[in-house]
Amino acid sequence: MNSAKERLVNGIIKENPTFVLMLGMCPTLAVTTSAINGLGMGLTTMVVLALSNVFISMLRNIIPDKVRIPAFIVIIASFVTMVELLLQGFIPFLYDALGIYIPLIVVNCIILGRAEAYAYKNPVIPSLFDGIGMGLGFSVALTCIGAVRELLGAGEIFGIHVMPDSYVPVSIFIMAPGAFFVLALLTAIQNKVKIAGERKGKDMSKIQSGCGNDCMNCAEAGCSRRLIDETKGEGEKKNA
Amino acid sequence: MNELMKVSSNPHVRSKSTTASIMLTVVIALLPAAGFGIYNFGPKALLLILVTVASTVLTEFAFEKICKKKITIGDYSAVVTGLLLALNLPVSAPWWIGVVGGVFAILVVKMLFGGLGQNFMNPALGARCFLLISFTSIMTNFDCDAYTGATPLANLKSGESVNILDMVIGRTAGTIGETSMIAIVIGACILILFGIIDLRIPGTYIVTLAVFVTLFGGRGFNWPYISAHLSGGGLMLGAFFMATDYVTRPITKKGQYLFGFLLGVLTGIFRIFGPSAEGVSYAIIIGNLLVPLIEKVTLPKAFGKGGEKA
Repeated sequence: MNSAKERLVNGIIKENPTFVLMLGMCPTLAVTTSAINGLGMGLTTMVVLALSNVFISMLRNIIPDKVRIPAFIVIIASFVTMVELLLQGFIPFLYDALGIYIPLIVVNCIILGRAEAYAYKNPVIPSLFDGIGMGLGFSVALTCIGAVRELLGAGEIFGIHVMPDSYVPVSIFIMAPGAFFVLALLTAIQNKVKIAGERKGKDMSKIQSGCGNDCMNCAEAGCSRRLIDETKGEGEKKNA
Repeated sequence: MNELMKVSSNPHVRSKSTTASIMLTVVIALLPAAGFGIYNFGPKALLLILVTVASTVLTEFAFEKICKKKITIGDYSAVVTGLLLALNLPVSAPWWIGVVGGVFAILVVKMLFGGLGQNFMNPALGARCFLLISFTSIMTNFDCDAYTGATPLANLKSGESVNILDMVIGRTAGTIGETSMIAIVIGACILILFGIIDLRIPGTYIVTLAVFVTLFGGRGFNWPYISAHLSGGGLMLGAFFMATDYVTRPITKKGQYLFGFLLGVLTGIFRIFGPSAEGVSYAIIIGNLLVPLIEKVTLPKAFGKGGEKA
């Protein structure tokens, strides 16, 4: 179970999809108006991510390389539809709050990114834990952003009033600009922690902070985020 | 050839004006408007101005101290930002509004982008819009001891009649520094006499707004209506003191005319078709965001380039 634990830690801390990989920004910015919305969105995405990772991993030897993206999308879209109907049936308030962003989970680049970068190349169990880890990382990030925005913008956390009565809510934080402010702030804190760790001599090289996703010009061939497998392509070319 | 030649790199001819002298002139030019605001709204206005200026200056000092950068509060730019922001606040605003606005203006809009010269939008206006969105009810409450009720522009929008003379002198409800057209124009004259600003942006801005109001205001060429639009709200303060901000205006001459025209059109759209009565601050910050594009399309041709096709 070592690989499972490693995958969970990787998803939540080392490659946190929101603060480190900067993926899935659309739901991150749009639905985090409150902590509960952030948590709901994060967990919904986690379920879809884990299930689609498992299925893609199981089918990885069957799916032809050339049509893998459409195949991934079909699998992801099926799970999204199932989750959407379940939410509508059992948690209607969350369904109303998240609205259009539930169907849009299909195009969340975290899910497609993990399918491409991990599940398509790895066995089922690690893929499951990769999905859960990434989903948890996403949930933690969204809940944090939602909590800060709710605290500053409405004086509440999870709907419970925590600020003193004299506090005047800064309503810009529950509007769109507030999402950018809080995301930037939390990412800055995350980077600060990372840099402080590096100064103390800890190996923080695995915790990356926004490489720009320019895999074409990146030298790190072993990068797990590498979307384009150049080494393989080049090798084939050389062989041909 | 025994004389000692002084060797130096260019520029060889320097103007005597410095950032500090320019900013100090702007502060002096703002004093008539600030003074009239204090006379008009009472000592609470003075307190709000002092608190806001103190918060901008202290924020800049603290940020530079914490980040171990050169302390630049001596160039008075933070004072200008604080003063402009305070003049854009209603007198009924509590003191902490000035503090929150001052911190936001300097910390988020100015210092995080690299300090004076690097900010992409006018810090005072950025902070005003932040406050306006966050604390709408406080920022649009113009009731005070001297005046109750709506601003002249809001009255104008709802179709009531307004007293133009009062608006020109400044005896109306509004933010601390925007009400008196006369006081602002005195300040603007100081800036123009000292060569700090020219009329390209404010002139184009005001003329464009006047034309826009004539065309789309629904009252045709109605002089009282047009002059109410020109003397009301933050137009004068915005046109002379904020749109002309060196950092956030276009550098090219053509670009400055284009910028003024754009601001006039945007302000007209916000005032006439928008839900609120005033739109100067939003118009200017949207204009600020478009400045890089404006500069790109109005880039002057270098000597010898272009011309007839070979």
